[in-house]
Amino acid sequence: MNEKKCKVLAAQIRLETLRVIHALGFGHVGGSMDLADLMAVLYGEVMRFDPKNPRWEDRDWLVMSKGHAGPVAYATFGLTGYYPVEEAYTLNKPHTRFPSHTDRKLTPGVDLTTGSLGQGVSTAVGAALGNRIDGRDNRVFCIVGDGEADEGQVWEGFHFASAHKLSNILFFLDKNGYQLDGSTDDILPHGDLAKKAEAFGLYTQEIDGHDVMAIYDAIQKAFAHTDGPSCIVLDTIKAKGATFAEPKREHSSQPSEELWQEALAASEKALQDIMNS
Amino acid sequence: MNIHLIGKHEKDPRPCRDGLALTLNEMMAADPSICYVDCDLMSCINTKQLRKNYPDRAFEAGIAEANGAGVSAGLAATGKKVFFHSFGAFASRRCDDQIDMSAAYAGLSVRVLGSDAGVSAAYNGGTHMPLEDGGMYLSIPGATVIDACDYDQLASVTRHLVEVEGVSYTRFVRKGVIRVYGDGSDFTIGKGVTLRESGSDAATIITSGIMVDESLRAAEALAQEGIAVRVIDMFTWKPLDEELVCRAARETGAIVTAENHNVTCGLGSVVARCLARNCPTVQEFVGVQDLFGQVGPQDFLMDEYGLRAANIISAAKKAISRK
Repeated sequence: MNEKKCKVLAAQIRLETLRVIHALGFGHVGGSMDLADLMAVLYGEVMRFDPKNPRWEDRDWLVMSKGHAGPVAYATFGLTGYYPVEEAYTLNKPHTRFPSHTDRKLTPGVDLTTGSLGQGVSTAVGAALGNRIDGRDNRVFCIVGDGEADEGQVWEGFHFASAHKLSNILFFLDKNGYQLDGSTDDILPHGDLAKKAEAFGLYTQEIDGHDVMAIYDAIQKAFAHTDGPSCIVLDTIKAKGATFAEPKREHSSQPSEELWQEALAASEKALQDIMNS
Repeated sequence: MNIHLIGKHEKDPRPCRDGLALTLNEMMAADPSICYVDCDLMSCINTKQLRKNYPDRAFEAGIAEANGAGVSAGLAATGKKVFFHSFGAFASRRCDDQIDMSAAYAGLSVRVLGSDAGVSAAYNGGTHMPLEDGGMYLSIPGATVIDACDYDQLASVTRHLVEVEGVSYTRFVRKGVIRVYGDGSDFTIGKGVTLRESGSDAATIITSGIMVDESLRAAEALAQEGIAVRVIDMFTWKPLDEELVCRAARETGAIVTAENHNVTCGLGSVVARCLARNCPTVQEFVGVQDLFGQVGPQDFLMDEYGLRAANIISAAKKAISRK
């Protein structure tokens, strides 16, 4: 694990995520930006993939169950060689390959279609089951939002995964504390998400979702747990690194061009600072 | 297509579900890529044998249809040929969004099986009576929708379902039904079956499922009165065999549709759309007239909702009089 390289990639992902959304001027900034550190660890250090052969049978799978975080996936895939990242600047424009929610038919690197919340958990579980039937040693990584965890289907999927002892799937619960209408505590309080996931049979850890070393270590611990599925609850700051959205933990944003330029400049500086550190 | 007609109105001693279960059991032996997912209703359609014979490929999702549908789609994404079963009411209403987005929209093939079609849910009552299931699947772009009428048709359809790309929905009756087709009958999905025709047909009955036998009875009774009618088993509602519908409309000039389903969104609706676009023709709709189901024996329910040969006879006469 190369910590600095990983932090640089995370900063690049943040910057490109902003650029992807800026091309149209509005979008789901909050839930994308908070995943940059996780995506950097996954695609920089952990996952097995071949950008030239996105459907390689032995690849690790990524299921962005919180499908509105498409932009952070598109930025990551672009930076890791699936396509020139500039292609993703067509986000949400007519006939784009980069829709707001991830779509397996359109975007190289997207393994399952998501958008209607909760569904990616079940399809990820099905993919893990199918890979296990075929005796592959690959893994499925499924990213779930904390607001998304309002959906009963999330828990049905967890239940099924643990009942079938699927040790080839790892869930990430992105606990940024906010959903569209406000804080998760105000909308529909979850109580202790980690305890709930544990109660559903997932080997669960809770960590700082912006600490790349902690993310990497937790993933290795999860891999060492071979009795069933695992879950990592990521304590994150919604919209982290987007100057116009982070203070209010915005779900979707449509800032002025001036605020966009301020955010892009700050993100570029953050990247430079890490590179120079 | 290779069809043998029985020509009697005798109940098949074999439960209709076995046309599916025994066929699928053979198919899974021959093809290791076939998977089966059920929602705690294997016992109802005799598919527990699949779990016993293929424990690594036949799964219980438990009473969680939304997850079961999603797991099926995920399996399909890894190249599996997936069959997914629940009662028709739940294989449609309870997981419509999951089948729509996780499977159909995502371009993944899932073969959904909905048992207890329409009033055959009988003693489970209105809560379990799927009268709109076909309509829900008709509304999914590119989906294939099938209403099977008996053991042999269901067996043949099951064999051909693996060839169908995208989402398909097959509704069927679990228990014994009147046997229409003989051993080894082979059907082509998307092609209707003309069961009865003559050069002097005054109307055509287009039907499917348990209404096929009622339609044949109606045609026989009308013949006694000197009125010849054509009967088509349109077991595939979508894609509709438009050529056959249009030919029947042109040659007979009056159409009756007869379905074990709500008339607002089923076979009658797809036939009407075809007629309106291609060859406007008078049509009468036999089926459940925009009502919920209710509890009771199937015979009572067929009387109650007007799903009898007598209703088809009246509808045919009315259609002919409107020509």
